[in-house]
Order: sequence, then structure tokens, then C-alpha cells
Amino acid sequence: MKLFIFLLVLLSVSCAPDKPKTTEEYPDLTKSAPEAVITDPTKGIGAVKNVTLKTPIEQERVSRGLAIYEMKCSACHKLDETRIVGPGWKGVTKSRKPEWIMNMITNVEVMLDNDAEAQKLLELCLTRMPNQNVSIGDARDILEFMRKNDGEK
Amino acid sequence: MKILTRHALTLAIIGLGTAMFSCAPKGPKEAVTGGAASKVYVAPGQYDEFYNIVSGGFNGQIGIYGLPSGRLFRIIPVFSQFPENGYGYSEESKPMLNTSHGYVPWDDLHHIALSVTNGTHDGRWAFANANNTPRVARVDLKTFHTTEIIELPNSGGNHSSPFITENSEYVVAGTRFSIPIGDKTDVPISSYKQNFKGTISFISVDKTSGNMNIAFQLLTPGVNFDLARAGKGPSGGWFFFSCYNTEQAYTLLEVNASQKDKDFIMAVNWKKAEEYIKAGKGKKVKAKYAHNVLDEKTSMTTSTMMEEVLQLDPTELKDVVYFIPCPKSPHGCDTDPTGEFIVGSGKLAALIPVFSFTKIQQAIANNDFEGEFGGIPVIKYESALQGEVKKPGLGPLHTEFDDAGNAYTSFFVSSEIVKWNVKTLEVIDRIPTYYSIGHLCVPGGPTAKPWGKYVIAYNKITKDRYLPTGPELTQSAQLYDISGEKMQLLLDFPTVGEPHYAEAIPASLIQPNSVKFYKIEENAHPYAAKGEKEARVERKGNQVHVYMTAIRSHLTPDNIEGVKVGDDVYFHVTNLEQDWDVPHGFAIKGASNAEILVMPGETQTLKWKPLSTGVFPFYCTDFCSALHQEMQGYIRVSPAGSGVPLKFSTGKVETEATGGN
Repeated sequence: MKLFIFLLVLLSVSCAPDKPKTTEEYPDLTKSAPEAVITDPTKGIGAVKNVTLKTPIEQERVSRGLAIYEMKCSACHKLDETRIVGPGWKGVTKSRKPEWIMNMITNVEVMLDNDAEAQKLLELCLTRMPNQNVSIGDARDILEFMRKNDGEK
Repeated sequence: MKILTRHALTLAIIGLGTAMFSCAPKGPKEAVTGGAASKVYVAPGQYDEFYNIVSGGFNGQIGIYGLPSGRLFRIIPVFSQFPENGYGYSEESKPMLNTSHGYVPWDDLHHIALSVTNGTHDGRWAFANANNTPRVARVDLKTFHTTEIIELPNSGGNHSSPFITENSEYVVAGTRFSIPIGDKTDVPISSYKQNFKGTISFISVDKTSGNMNIAFQLLTPGVNFDLARAGKGPSGGWFFFSCYNTEQAYTLLEVNASQKDKDFIMAVNWKKAEEYIKAGKGKKVKAKYAHNVLDEKTSMTTSTMMEEVLQLDPTELKDVVYFIPCPKSPHGCDTDPTGEFIVGSGKLAALIPVFSFTKIQQAIANNDFEGEFGGIPVIKYESALQGEVKKPGLGPLHTEFDDAGNAYTSFFVSSEIVKWNVKTLEVIDRIPTYYSIGHLCVPGGPTAKPWGKYVIAYNKITKDRYLPTGPELTQSAQLYDISGEKMQLLLDFPTVGEPHYAEAIPASLIQPNSVKFYKIEENAHPYAAKGEKEARVERKGNQVHVYMTAIRSHLTPDNIEGVKVGDDVYFHVTNLEQDWDVPHGFAIKGASNAEILVMPGETQTLKWKPLSTGVFPFYCTDFCSALHQEMQGYIRVSPAGSGVPLKFSTGKVETEATGGN
């Protein structure tokens, strides 16, 4: 099975047109290539492999996460269940793994092209989530704010 | 007999026709030889090798093209308003076009000077001149935005500009028209010789910020300054200016400024001038001129009216300025990559004089002067001359250089480019242009390190080269391969405006530094809404400030009420996107100015004055997503003095209102 997925990925990669090297405009982690082997699809695709959550939640991260949310996310995501442009955030930490959430934030182009769950959301919302150039550290803060929004203490 | 005569006549006509054709530039089929198409083909998705930064002449803009494809990428508005993106219309950019004459939303942009370090392109800034209302602009090559404009006082029209010294210490600005300056300016035109003066401004360029400042002005006798080049290497401390109308004519210059056999190249020892300035020899004089600077952090342009300028009078100092006779109204004045040779191009001459910097220095040391003009020593022609290129063509204008010791001179009257060797002064090759070439450009051609490979002709006439579009035809450029001994025509490409001078620079010096978006965290615009939470509407007297956000695909707020006829409404639109190539636009019905385009992370302001009551739609003009057509809103305008309260919202559905009043 693993081999099969590997071949499938290889095939899709080799079908895609070769982009000129100079278009690699973001040499940082926000645009990592699809991995050859997706070990755990529920974690999404991207640089974030393993997130350790602490209890109680980290308040410093929560306040930083809130500030980033208000600047870069709130135009499309409400904090309750309402979907406006994108889905509301209520309950997102219960239904998605932390790694999946952070990969969706930091590696959105690849996720929308290759991750089955992300593609389902695109079919629902019909607007591609924009790359808001959020760093991995900032995405971690947003995740903590989401945990707080979901009632974690 | 009659038949014979007719035959003879026919033959004569054919003969004449053939002779005429062989004189005229050959048709395109003959001119373009095999392999031309493959040399200019840049496959879809591939990049060009060079940026070509091309002046737009009377459109006041700069065109950015790729070479060798000739594809147009961008038009950068510099001295002209640009309703396409709001430049010169938005509240932020309006001060950029402020001058001592008030708001001047247009100019005639002739020449480009790219910044250099050690005489070599560094890819930081492009400078451009305004020929009409004298100004110099600086374009930042990271953003391709006009970031600074400085006006030139005591100038009648800034043509001899913005040529640059080898470490970008100064860009220069020489007046085309001498005029009366100082306290006494209301004088008879016929008092030219007595009252009219020329000025050359040396504008310093800050090494880090690029900010410009008029370091000093040289006062000169009343003549017309045309073009210029800085020295380099051994001549690095000098600058050379072509000047004509040494007859000091003030009417029918076509005839009266073409009387003398020789005009001048003016050689300026700017290092010496700097010393005199440091020694306090400059004289501060009152002068009013605008200095406009864009702050990229706030997106705001500030216009400051300057009060004085420092002047140096070379007739008092003696060893700063020298004239060198140059035949027949010199136009181009170009220094070769070594800095040893200065090529003057008399536009009415049938030869090209090449002057030697070493000989000029010797002549000065030996007092080898033939006299004075306006109190400035005139070096003997023969003493400064290295040699002449004999019978090169008719009407030489400009010269650029390659990396192999060759020069390329454009000939307006004979419509051709002539390649000649700088050392031997012998003509190597000539090739027709279609038609009437003005400036020409070799990538790196004016620098100490030409990149070579191509020469581009900027033509004044296109006539039959393109599909006609009525009486006004496209302007055009032509690309020639110069990698071999013989030049080869590869491509015609149309240009916007009227191209004068242009420079070409390897893409690798600019492409990696290109800004992709502005970080929203760093947006310091006083009316920014950094997130929808900050979106709001505030009234201050009759001013209504709308702090609006834009993101795919809605504007916040999108319902606004409580605006009244007589209000000034300011839409401060912040684009919340943080990705490349996602601008949003903003337009509102009845706007008498323009739309605005807002780059990701940036804030731009459109002022709108409603003249009647009603509900006015506004929307995004830059197609941004599948739901772009949904990116819209309404603003309600009530009569002056109405009691409709100010309110605003997005996504709020109210119970059906019963009516405004």
C-alpha cells in the first residue's frame, strides 16, 4: 500500500510541469513540497510533523494567536460555527489534528492540491484559502488560540 | 522611334526605381535572416534574460520590457497620473506630482540612468528626467514604484539629465533652455546674451536610502545643454555635457543656432567642485522647489517646499569647467567603458570626433586654450582630439559600447546603426533601422562593464512596419544581435509612449530582490485597518473616513449609511492579503478621479465627493477570485442636514427598513 501511494505521488509529480527554479519565491517552510510518503494523512502535508500540546494551555500563545487572528484570519473565519468565506473555527481542534491545522495554515497551496480533507473544504467554500504568510511559530500561537476558543483550559 | 523612346523611358524608370530601392533600407524579408525567430523566442513560462527599462517620452512613464522577447511587463507611472492604479489620484500619491508651480500631473520623460557601483549596474534604482517642468525621479527597482521626485530650480527644462557618476554619487540635471534667473527675471527676450544663464545641478544620492538632494548648482553661460555622461575610471571625477546654441540665439533656432562650425562639449571637474563646496566657496541663493518622498511603511508621500540652493560660479573659480569645441550642434556625449574616450555626436556633422581624457588633461596643464567663452577657457580642438571617425553616416546622435572595444552610433538622417572600433576609429559594419533611429541601447552600454549581446534601436518613425491604426501609429524598438562581427536584425517590438533613452540590465540583478507583498504587521499608514476588527467609519465635521478592508472576496464595511451631500468621503482601503499577485481594486460610481489598486498589505485612499442623494455601489476592480463579482457594497447618501445616523456593517441582515426619513 505504501509503495502504491509512493508511485502515485511520483506519477503526479512527474506529470506536473517543471517550474523554473527561480519561482521558488519562498525558500522557508511555508511552501514545502508534497512528501513522497504520507505517513499519517490525518496530520496533513507540510513541515509540521509532531506537535506537543500542554495543559493548561499557554496563555502567552493565546494572546499572540488572537492578535494574528484579528489581523490575518478574522475576515474569513468566525469564532462560532458559522461559515462565511471559510468555516467557523468552533470545534476545529476537536475534529482536526494539531499538525493538520498548522499545515493547513502554513502550507495551504499544497494542502488544497493534495490533501483530501482540505479539498472537501474547498468544494464546500469555493474560495481557495489564501496564503497569509504565517510562520510556523505564529501558526502554533493561532492553534493555542483555537484551543482556548474550543473551551480548553 | 516612338516605341523605342517609350522602351528607353521604361528602362530608365526601372533603373531609377532599382537605384532608389537600393538606397532605402531593405525590406524585412531581406533584413531578417535565418535563426532570428529562435533567438528571440522565450518559451511560455520561461524568463527573459534582460530587463529593458525604457523611457516613455510624452507619456511621462517608464515601460518595462523583457529582452530578447520584447514583451511589455509593466508601465510605471512617474511624472504622469495613471488612472489604472490611482497613481497621482490617490491621496497618498498626489503629493508626488507637486511642484513650485502647483500640481503638475504630466511630463515629458526622456532619459533613464540606472544606479551603478564601481561603474557597474547594481540593480537598485532607476532615475528619470522630466524635460518640461524640470524634475528628476527615482524609481525603486525592488517595487518598481516611483519613490522620489525632486524639482530643479533655475532650470528652463531638464533635458541634460539624469546621467550618473560611477558610484552613483550624483545624478546631474542640465537645463535645455537657458533663462533669466535670480532676482531679475522679467527682462526682454532679446537680452539673452546679457541676462540668460544656464545651470547644471548636481543631485547627491544617499548611498543607503537613495534619497536625493541638490548638492550644488553650477552657473554657466547661456547656451542649450543637451546630453551628458560621467567619466569613469581615470576620468571618474569628471562629467561631460554637450551644448549647442553657443550662438545664443533666442529665435528661429533651427537656423540661428546652427551658424557656428563648432559648439562645445563642456568638461566639469566635479571632484574639484566638491572641494570648493567643502571650502565654503558656494553661495546660498533663494530658490523654490519641491522635494517629494514616498515612505513605503506608510504608503504616504510627503512634499516639502525647499527654500534655497547652493551655487558655484565657475568663472570665479577657473579650474572647474572647460569647453572643448565639437562640430555642429553636438547631441550625444558618451564616454567609453575605459573612461579614456569621449565621443561627441554633432547632429549635423558627417564625422564623429573622439576626444581623449589624457589629452584634455595635458591641454589644461599646458594652458592650451584658444580663448574663452563666457569667462570659461576653451581648449583647442586638436589638443583634445584623439581622432575622427570619417564618413560614418549622416546625423550621428548617440553612442553605446560593447564589451569588446566596439562602439555603436545611431544615425537619424541615414536611419542606421554604425559599428566602429574605438581604438582604430574604423567602421566595421552598418545596418539599417526602420526608421529614423534616435537613442540606442546596449545592455550595460554606458557603464564600465557592458553586458553586450544586443543593441536596441528606438525609432522615431514606424510608417509601414505595423498594421495601421489611423493617423497615429505605434512607436517601436528594434532588437539586433551584436554577438558576431556583423549585426543582425532579430525583432521589431512596439513600445508605449515615445521611447527616448533606455537601459538594459541582466534580470539576475533585479529579479531576486523583487518585493512580493507588504507585510501587514509593518503597515504604518495612519488610516490602515489591520484586520476587520479595525474596519469602521468615522465622521470629522464634513469629512467621513472609511477604514475599509479587502480580502477575497468582500469589502468591510460593505453597507454604509449616514453620509450626506457636501461630505468629503475618504475610502482608506487596506488589502489584508499576504500573498503575491493578489491586489484588490476599489471603485465607486461617479468618482471624478480614478480607481485605486491596493497591493497586498498596503493601504490606499480614494477621495469621493457625492453630489447627489441616492445609494451608490462600490466594488473591487481587480479580478481576484471566483467570487470577485460578489465583492461589492453600497453607500447611502442623504441630503445635507439630514438626520440619518452614521452606521456601517458587513454581513448584517436587518429587518426590512421602512424608509430613510
